[in-house]
Amino acid sequence: MQSETKSRVDQLTTPAGHSATILRFEGDIASTSKDAVLGAYQALPKATTKLILLDFTKVDYINSSGIALVIQLMIEASNSDQKVYAFGLSAHFTKVFTMVGITKYAQLFADQDAALGAL
Amino acid sequence: MSDAKAAAAKAKTTTVELRLPSRMGYEKVAMSTAASVAKLMGFREDRIEDLKTAIAEACINAIEHGNRLNEKLSVGVVLSAGENALEVKVMDDGVGMKKQPAKPDIDRKMHGEEGPRGMGMFLIQALVDEAEWVAGTDGHSYVRLVIRLDKEAA
Repeated sequence: MQSETKSRVDQLTTPAGHSATILRFEGDIASTSKDAVLGAYQALPKATTKLILLDFTKVDYINSSGIALVIQLMIEASNSDQKVYAFGLSAHFTKVFTMVGITKYAQLFADQDAALGAL
Repeated sequence: MSDAKAAAAKAKTTTVELRLPSRMGYEKVAMSTAASVAKLMGFREDRIEDLKTAIAEACINAIEHGNRLNEKLSVGVVLSAGENALEVKVMDDGVGMKKQPAKPDIDRKMHGEEGPRGMGMFLIQALVDEAEWVAGTDGHSYVRLVIRLDKEAA
């Protein structure tokens, strides 16, 4: 019933010349998304991955279990001195992420260009 | 409200009922049904999104904690569309909550002092106008949500 979460990793360079890793998600982010969210993050090389951007452009549904996975990712990233940012959230999920406090630890941007331009 | 007004309001209430299997993912059936009802009532898109998240979280709680993922049990959802508000009841076969969980704290979560989960009830309360959890004495419990139609901002 829940649509399978897909994730893909892209490497880009910001206009300022920093290397950024983009985790692109597609489908629902729910309790069944552990491999797609945490698994994809944990497969990144820690030594060379310092800027992580989470792309939610193709995500329609995020529930509290999915938010918990994002927070778990943020905790692991924080413990590895990595910075996490996010973009592509709908207005509603931007509000939800703000309500639960995620924006205190991960800045949100409207889209990829805005995120890359700010880093 | 006078008895006459209350009776008139009740007469104008339209009810939609659903029975969902206690299986993760079926909360989306409640979400889409509630969104359709809210749209027919004239709710703004942003309030419909609030309602969808609130009802999803209520159903997830009922499936996971109330019915403990027992697929032999179902989750009942009753949507009562009044003139100015939509009331939602999500019912399960659990014993209900003894006390409300603490408000989630992102700082404590980030520092490993509380688990990353536990945001469902907080979101429900934050996104609707009224939310109450009722532990039934007959082995059934329910959460009741109310979201009001904001005509001025519509």
